[in-house]
Amino acid sequence: MARQISFRRKLGFTFLAWAIGLIIFFPILWTVLTSFKPEGQAIAIPPRFFDFDWTLENYETVQSRSNYFRHFSNSVISAVGSTLLGLLIAVPAAWAMAFSPTKRTKDVLMWMLSTKMLPAVGVLVPIYLIFRDLRLLDSHIGLIFVLTMINLPIIVWMLFTYFKEIPVDILEAARMDGANLRQEVIYVLTPMAIPGIASTLLLNVILAWNEAFWTLNLTTTNAAPLTTFIASYSSPEGLFWAKLSAASTLAIAPILIMGWFSQKQLVRGLTFGAVK
Amino acid sequence: MGAIKLEHVKKSFGGVTVIPDISLDIEDGEFVVFVGPSGCGKSTLLRLIAGLEDVSGGKILIDGEDVSKAAPAQRKLSMVFQSYALYPHMNVRGNIAFPLKMEGASKETIDKAVANAAAILNLTDYLDRKPRQLSGGQRQRVAIGRAIVRQPKAFLFDEPLSNLDAALRVAMRLEISELHNKLKTTMIYVTHDQVEAMTMADKIVVLNAGRIEQVGTPLDLYTKPANTFVAGFIGSPKMNFIEGAEAQKHGAATIGVRPEHLTVAESGGVWTGVVGVSEHLGSDTFLHVKVDGVGTLTVRASGDVPFRHGETVSLSPAEGRLYKFDAQGQAV
Repeated sequence: MARQISFRRKLGFTFLAWAIGLIIFFPILWTVLTSFKPEGQAIAIPPRFFDFDWTLENYETVQSRSNYFRHFSNSVISAVGSTLLGLLIAVPAAWAMAFSPTKRTKDVLMWMLSTKMLPAVGVLVPIYLIFRDLRLLDSHIGLIFVLTMINLPIIVWMLFTYFKEIPVDILEAARMDGANLRQEVIYVLTPMAIPGIASTLLLNVILAWNEAFWTLNLTTTNAAPLTTFIASYSSPEGLFWAKLSAASTLAIAPILIMGWFSQKQLVRGLTFGAVK
Repeated sequence: MGAIKLEHVKKSFGGVTVIPDISLDIEDGEFVVFVGPSGCGKSTLLRLIAGLEDVSGGKILIDGEDVSKAAPAQRKLSMVFQSYALYPHMNVRGNIAFPLKMEGASKETIDKAVANAAAILNLTDYLDRKPRQLSGGQRQRVAIGRAIVRQPKAFLFDEPLSNLDAALRVAMRLEISELHNKLKTTMIYVTHDQVEAMTMADKIVVLNAGRIEQVGTPLDLYTKPANTFVAGFIGSPKMNFIEGAEAQKHGAATIGVRPEHLTVAESGGVWTGVVGVSEHLGSDTFLHVKVDGVGTLTVRASGDVPFRHGETVSLSPAEGRLYKFDAQGQAV
């Protein structure tokens, strides 16, 4: 028999869940609201929730001052590009580690993960100098490369976890059926791992999209993605909260919409292996 | 053609030797069963033949050609796995067609071969289903269908029936035997179930601890076991072994007698004992009789045998059905 939950308990939990949800969502809501306020009302004390003069002028200013669509396309290029390049490297790597492990496979995996524990700023200077000498500063290729490198450990780990779930028997059956390595990966492994690859892809697009440290330090104009675009609204002359909010809203909107539609995949990807 | 020859095949994993040295001849068209307890190396041996594991030493020849270093696909063998190992994202048609697709066969050839295999295995109505929509028996048939379409030199079966329930296992056993009669292709079948081995094989290879204990026809192994291991492994219930003074009377370290070769009477037999447990199977009754100085002997008696728990009975071995073994367990 299912456990009886009293109406009051239910009410309490519902209220609590909504409260937590609203607290988490509040900064985004506030940013969106502020983006529609005139600059003066944006910093008004007491803060104004809905009773302000709704305006689109911040969006117009932002678009006329800096080219949103160029930054948007830079974000798309760097996020999608680095994720695809990462998958290209990570699929064979995870395949090898999942299906043909050696004594050192665990160590390699841990070593890859350990690179994520390093403070990024620790390698900023050498990487900046290398990028400068190779003329990769403010270039798409450079940005894609560095984003691939920082997210590669996560891509490999996620794929490794997914591949581990695929029974080796099935791959051996493919080998017996005459598939060579390429055919085995294309016709058997990849289709079976599609859900895993899809959530890895989604999560890494989001991570690359939101990456600010490297994009701010390695790009200025040509390859600058939306994170740089937001940062450009924090200027020495002072903060223009309404315009900054408009820029932020524009920057987070695409990824928010994408995340909304793919949340099922994402949740599955993030909790994979935790619950069977 | 599908004659397979193993010459001094060895296999170790790291420092652990699983197969010290095995030589074996399998003739074209033969149904060979590798049988033995779990961990005896029978599946490893099959995987070595398949090419899924590399040999650590020795040679594997298929039709005289050394394939020890060849990839699984180049050996032209088909394998049916215990877990079926069907491709879950393909329907039955896709699964059966897969080996031909890998060969680059034309669409007409593939369609014809799939239709043919499906007809043989009663799968015609299920061709558009996914593996998860099939029962265990149907899945196993798909796995067999996938194995037969490419007309391999030999079929390798790795405990294919262990995941099925008892009734289905008997039915599939018959189907595989019929398939062998129809195709006349070499089949190597791995099982730990001696009933499967006895009923299906032309030739049984009994393995223990990575070594071949005996090779022979089912009846050979039953009537002339080479040692105590084979004698104990083949036959159900298992052979009774008697050691000590009783065995020395017959000039052996151990003597063996099968439960079906013991006759039970009220008195006048060779050994007298008390009935412990009696198991009634309807057609047969298994009596476990405790004999002083000998141990517990299992007797296979007829279903209507009148003896019950606690009664004293007398047992005698059938003429010429007493097996003698020396101190090393070898038949004398």
